[in-house]
Amino acid sequence: MRLTLVRRERASRLAMFAAPVVALVLSALASLILFAALGKPAEQALYSLLLEPFLSWYNFSEVLLKAAPLMLIAQGLAVGFRANVFNIGAEGQLIIGAIAATALPVWYPAGTSVWMLPAMIAMGALGGMAWAGVAALLKTRFNANEILVTLMLTLIATQVLNYLLLGPWKDPHGFNFPQTVPFPAAAMLPVLLPGTRVNISLIGALIASVLAYVMMRHRFSGFQLLVSGLAPRAASYAGFSERRGIWVSLLVGGMAAGLAGACEVAGPLGQLQRSVTTGYGYAAIIVAYLGGLNPLGIVASALLMSVLYIGGDNAMVSADLPVAGVAVFQGLLLVFYLASLTFIRNRVVLIRRPGAAR
Amino acid sequence: MSQGPTPLLSLSGVSKRYGGVVANSGIDLAVTAGSIHAILGENGAGKSTLMKLIYGVETPDDGVIAWKGQPVRLSSPAAARRLGIGMVFQHFSLFETLTVVQNMALVVPGAQAALAARIRALGDEFGLSVDPAALVHSLSVGERQRVEIIRCLLLDPELLILDEPTSVLPPQSVVKLFETLRRLQVKGMAILFISHKLEEIKELCDTATILRLGRVTGRLDPRNHSAKELATLMIGREMPAVVRAAPLGLGEVRLELAGVGYANDDPFGVSLSDVSLAVHSGEIVGIAGISGNGQQELAALISGEIAQGAAPGAIRLLGQAVGDMGVAARRRLGFAFVPEERLGRGAVPEMSLADNVLLTAHGRGLVHRGFISRQAERAFTADCIARFDVRTPGPETEAGALSGGNLQKFIMGREVMLEPAMLLVSQPTWGVDIGAATDIRQRLVAMRNQGVAILVISEEIDELFQICDTLHVLYKGRLSAALPTASITVNEVGAHMIGAGQPAGAVP
Amino acid sequence: MNAVEFILAGMLAAATPMLLAALGEMVTERSGVLNLGIEGMMALGAALGFMVTYSSGSHALGFVVAAAGGAAISMVFAALALGFVANQVVAGLAVGVLASGLSSLLGKPFESQTLIALPKLALPGLAEIPVVGVLFQQDIVVWLTLLLALAIWGVLNHSRLGLIVRAVGENPHAARAVGFSVITIRCAAIAFGGAMAGIAGAYASTVYTPLWADGMIAGRGWIALALVVFGTWQTGRVVFGAFLFGALSLADLTAQAVGASVPSQLLACIPYGVTILMLAVISSNRKRLRLNSIASLGQPFEG
Repeated sequence: MRLTLVRRERASRLAMFAAPVVALVLSALASLILFAALGKPAEQALYSLLLEPFLSWYNFSEVLLKAAPLMLIAQGLAVGFRANVFNIGAEGQLIIGAIAATALPVWYPAGTSVWMLPAMIAMGALGGMAWAGVAALLKTRFNANEILVTLMLTLIATQVLNYLLLGPWKDPHGFNFPQTVPFPAAAMLPVLLPGTRVNISLIGALIASVLAYVMMRHRFSGFQLLVSGLAPRAASYAGFSERRGIWVSLLVGGMAAGLAGACEVAGPLGQLQRSVTTGYGYAAIIVAYLGGLNPLGIVASALLMSVLYIGGDNAMVSADLPVAGVAVFQGLLLVFYLASLTFIRNRVVLIRRPGAAR
Repeated sequence: MSQGPTPLLSLSGVSKRYGGVVANSGIDLAVTAGSIHAILGENGAGKSTLMKLIYGVETPDDGVIAWKGQPVRLSSPAAARRLGIGMVFQHFSLFETLTVVQNMALVVPGAQAALAARIRALGDEFGLSVDPAALVHSLSVGERQRVEIIRCLLLDPELLILDEPTSVLPPQSVVKLFETLRRLQVKGMAILFISHKLEEIKELCDTATILRLGRVTGRLDPRNHSAKELATLMIGREMPAVVRAAPLGLGEVRLELAGVGYANDDPFGVSLSDVSLAVHSGEIVGIAGISGNGQQELAALISGEIAQGAAPGAIRLLGQAVGDMGVAARRRLGFAFVPEERLGRGAVPEMSLADNVLLTAHGRGLVHRGFISRQAERAFTADCIARFDVRTPGPETEAGALSGGNLQKFIMGREVMLEPAMLLVSQPTWGVDIGAATDIRQRLVAMRNQGVAILVISEEIDELFQICDTLHVLYKGRLSAALPTASITVNEVGAHMIGAGQPAGAVP
Repeated sequence: MNAVEFILAGMLAAATPMLLAALGEMVTERSGVLNLGIEGMMALGAALGFMVTYSSGSHALGFVVAAAGGAAISMVFAALALGFVANQVVAGLAVGVLASGLSSLLGKPFESQTLIALPKLALPGLAEIPVVGVLFQQDIVVWLTLLLALAIWGVLNHSRLGLIVRAVGENPHAARAVGFSVITIRCAAIAFGGAMAGIAGAYASTVYTPLWADGMIAGRGWIALALVVFGTWQTGRVVFGAFLFGALSLADLTAQAVGASVPSQLLACIPYGVTILMLAVISSNRKRLRLNSIASLGQPFEG
């Protein structure tokens, strides 16, 4: 006897909804075992990780704060992932977006213009698009693998950030810390919920989610991207331009990441510093897949991932769990999700050996 | 089945299901040594599944397979080979980037130098000459088949299975293949010969087992029965009559290739040189030839999937030079195309039929200001399903769930409903059952009668003779002159298919 | 020591982590599987290798455990990619995230600890040549890696096992039809790649820079992936590429050594920039790429 996968006649909707839940439960179980094996108070860690973020208004507002960039970037990346364009360098595009947005307050540290913030947002978007555009150009022109190029560009972006913070952009009054001058008020995003750090970028991320939904569900351009992802030869047969798909995918992803970068420096950070690169760009890849590459699913998975970040901070204090515990949990989540995903199109069948049947 | 000597191979009550589909049901079969035994059945009758069971690629759900009277469990092809069963696949199981002798070494023990010598010896004995050091991707289809057969023979099999071996061969090579098989038969080997071609079976085989819908419907000596009787057993009714195309006055030229060349970037692909042809309104032009001689490249050049770029020659479609036009622009002129690969090219398997309609019919009111109109999409799909007799629960069914024949009807229907002025169809009836194939051919003739210009690329000479007004033959990237079907023979076309015809490339 | 000598002395050791990982990945890809988790698997190998070597004092034991850990985590990838037929790109990324998370978690107590590296072995005769001689004074792992590269070349090109791996990579359906278990062979190739990535990480953390710091792999796993493309899946070219990148990665150290005044961050970008450049150059030659590339690479195989 053995188990084998048999393809279903059509995708199972039940399995589609069950997959992320199953993945979450299995990840919780696996990390429980792992944390216990490392000698940490595993139940306390898991409690802090998954529940505490909901138990105080402050914690939950922090969840909303972090959910915004994750959601925004993941929506942008998912557009490309559906077209099988694997932009895994959102982290770098975020950094360059943050750098581009920071240029204005660095050059005009006492600026008061109402146009400063919109210009910064625009610069951030353009910065992210430019960085992703390099990968699009190399892919369409030279056939260079976008996975490796976007990743290398991220490593370069990190070095550019370090260079600027240690050199030309270092705040002369910053006690030699690698950070820029604090931004003037005109360069800061308005707070959305008074008394918290949640700013209007959350509204932006939700609007982006709606736009992504409309594009992927109702727009012909979204359909074209879907086709090029599922069956590239069918896309070429139907006359959907491959180049256009690559450019759209990378530019949308880059724009979203660049915007998120701008919103980070103009939001919770209030200046450019190294902590702008906290792995949102990588986490957003997980958010996008965990949401089933579905714009609505991504809203939910962005919140979940954000809960893990805030919960991770809590668990560090309450259970002495290193920050890496969150990364492990994220990895487990995606691994289990990918495994559960198989059951959307397949079901498990027990095969009896022919001899045993008689 | 108990009379006479113990059969070499016998099956009793063998069944195999894939999901909900019964591929084989209660199959009984007995093959004796020194016999050429035909398995006859049309596409979808379950022949290939049966062979996979005998060769250990799949295991049966039920029933017993016996070798020389002893029940055996064939868990893998290696197990089948150890017993003495060899198989030549329809879609060859060769590795293109390896040499002939390396391909052999994967399956046959022994040093490569010794193998090469044995390959030459077997080639001489059975008329299967091939260069052991050649890379497989440089070989013709016929040569690859010889490699497959030799690879089997190196293991001294007692039973050789050939799956549709003639479907890839020009008529002349079929004659040579039959000679080889008869020499093997004389040596006492049993041969299972799978085919849907009645005349071949009558000529070659001494026994035939006929399959229909996964069940055995007949066991007989094909030499003593007419093709008509065999056909009735095979498809359950008489062979459908074919409407031959009546000659029509030619209209204007809708597609014209003048001296078109194409240097292929892909080292495993084919380059085209000096291809010229013309398709008129109210005419079906056929392109014959063994696949792999440039058919895919030619179709893609005409459809626009391959950009012509700076390549020589001119392509004119519906009165316009289209060398620089993309696929979408050519379609807007009134061009439609049914490609040979259905899943993954003509249709997206994971998408519903309704979404698959959107693939090429988006210009027909299915998209407004960039928004998809689901209502229009569904209506178009439902219409296509009804008019072209696509057997499916409805427009929401995924394309991948359709059988090959139904999917072909759907794609054909979608393209026909675009009301093209010029239609290109590649391998219209590959893998399609006889009823659906006849239907497709009749629709093509009907469209021609309404004045549509049609170019058909097909491996099946009979099909081309049935429906085409004019034929060209493609061989190694060169196209023959136009050959009117009314005044040429199958053998003349066959000569062109192996490069022995008139000098190619002459403009008609 | 001048710049040339400095680079000659250091490039082989600098190349070794990338070369080990790239050779493993090359074998995995030859069987038709794309494993993008190499960076994380190297990190895990680095953490395990460091921990074991630090605790036991034995480099050999560290390498063994790192190899076992790399192979073990690569089996998670194999389960996803082969068993669950998941998208190989995403499965690789997922396992990479998991592995690098595990490395940080496990390595946390060892942060900033140091080890004693392995001694250099000089090739007699060759090591005395002026200038070039420094090239022939390397630790034993460097020499073993070069021997291993030779062995991999031999197996892939001149053995039946190599033929089988190549056949599975070119056409898994045909390989299955003639009787090979595609899943078993690919699983073995993935395990080999994972073990090599583990060893590569252990070399980085216990020999090349014998200290543990989170994130110390710093993109070398990704460069290894690029090296496989750069070397068009040919052992010799992968070795050559690794040497080149080994030399390039010494650029900022070299500049410091000779006292050039270029910001070190910009020099640190050189390997990444060159990787992009090389990818573009190699990939734009589609004909050559098609001749050498693995036909079924990254394609899911059900059966």
